[in-house]
Amino acid sequence: MKILVVIPAYNESENISDVIDDLRQDFPQGDSLIINDGSEDETSSVARSLDCRVIDLPYNIGIGGSVQTGIIYAIRENFDVVVQFDGDGQHIAMEIEKILAPVSEGADIVIGSRFLGGNRYTSSIIRKMGITIFARIMSLICGQKLTDTTSGFRAYGRKAIDLFSDYYPEDYPEVEALILAHKNNLIIREVPAAMRQRIKGKSSITPLRSIYYMVKVLLAVFVDILKK
Amino acid sequence: MQLVQVLSIIVSALIFLFVIELIRRGAFKEKYALLWLLASVVLLVLSIWRRLLDYLALMFGFFYPPSFLFLLGFGFLLLITLHFSIVISNLSEKNKKLTQELGLIREEIDRIKKAGKF
Repeated sequence: MKILVVIPAYNESENISDVIDDLRQDFPQGDSLIINDGSEDETSSVARSLDCRVIDLPYNIGIGGSVQTGIIYAIRENFDVVVQFDGDGQHIAMEIEKILAPVSEGADIVIGSRFLGGNRYTSSIIRKMGITIFARIMSLICGQKLTDTTSGFRAYGRKAIDLFSDYYPEDYPEVEALILAHKNNLIIREVPAAMRQRIKGKSSITPLRSIYYMVKVLLAVFVDILKK
Repeated sequence: MQLVQVLSIIVSALIFLFVIELIRRGAFKEKYALLWLLASVVLLVLSIWRRLLDYLALMFGFFYPPSFLFLLGFGFLLLITLHFSIVISNLSEKNKKLTQELGLIREEIDRIKKAGKF
């Protein structure tokens, strides 16, 4: 099984080399691909100095477009599985095996959940609220219990790769991607996965943006349900 | 002739001439000019042909015919902006595809160069 670890990175020059170190040490069986999403800082040159594949996008197209670039790359280079792994250092390379296991058992999308299996994850109240709301709504829509639908720590099997190379949602893609997957009868699984709290740099999600995020994604979910 | 009619003839004539001039200069593609052209022609005809306007306005229950003209203008603007939203969405999707392709191709060239095949 050829595995591609897709690492979307926007202004992550401080974190990106730690992320690649982590992957080289604890997940050497996969190929790492950094998608530099038009960063304004040194992300591009730092990424290029590391021993991994790098795609530089000419301007910022957003997380959805970045991940999709990685997915298209996976198809062209004949990878079987895509692992989405954040460039900010919050995901842990040692946990990748956990989300890969269900893929070899036939799952198409595997989400690493911060809330399963007694994992502790502290976050602001607003964010937690949003995460819970989405988990409830998505559980209802998909007809199965989901706990961490906004998690960006995922593995995509061949079917998911084919589906998402055609269309992948743009701004806040995690939740919407699941609806799309559900509509196309893909098998979604969730497994417990530990995550780190952010070490360096600032998260792109501020309280005000959290609210915007919620409204926007709810709207997108609604639109996706309406779409045929 | 009422002042309001003179005014609407002048305004719609100006819009019509302006649209024609822009098409002539090739400022926009015919596809996008079509709605503008239609809007300005309809407004111009209804401004000049007062009896047709009165007839149509009354049919739709307008007591003051020139307000029907405003409604038409508003309707056309709505259509045109809606058309723009669709066009912009299309363009940004195409733009994203191009950007992704550019990134992918650059990565491939980098790899070929590194392998010394270039």
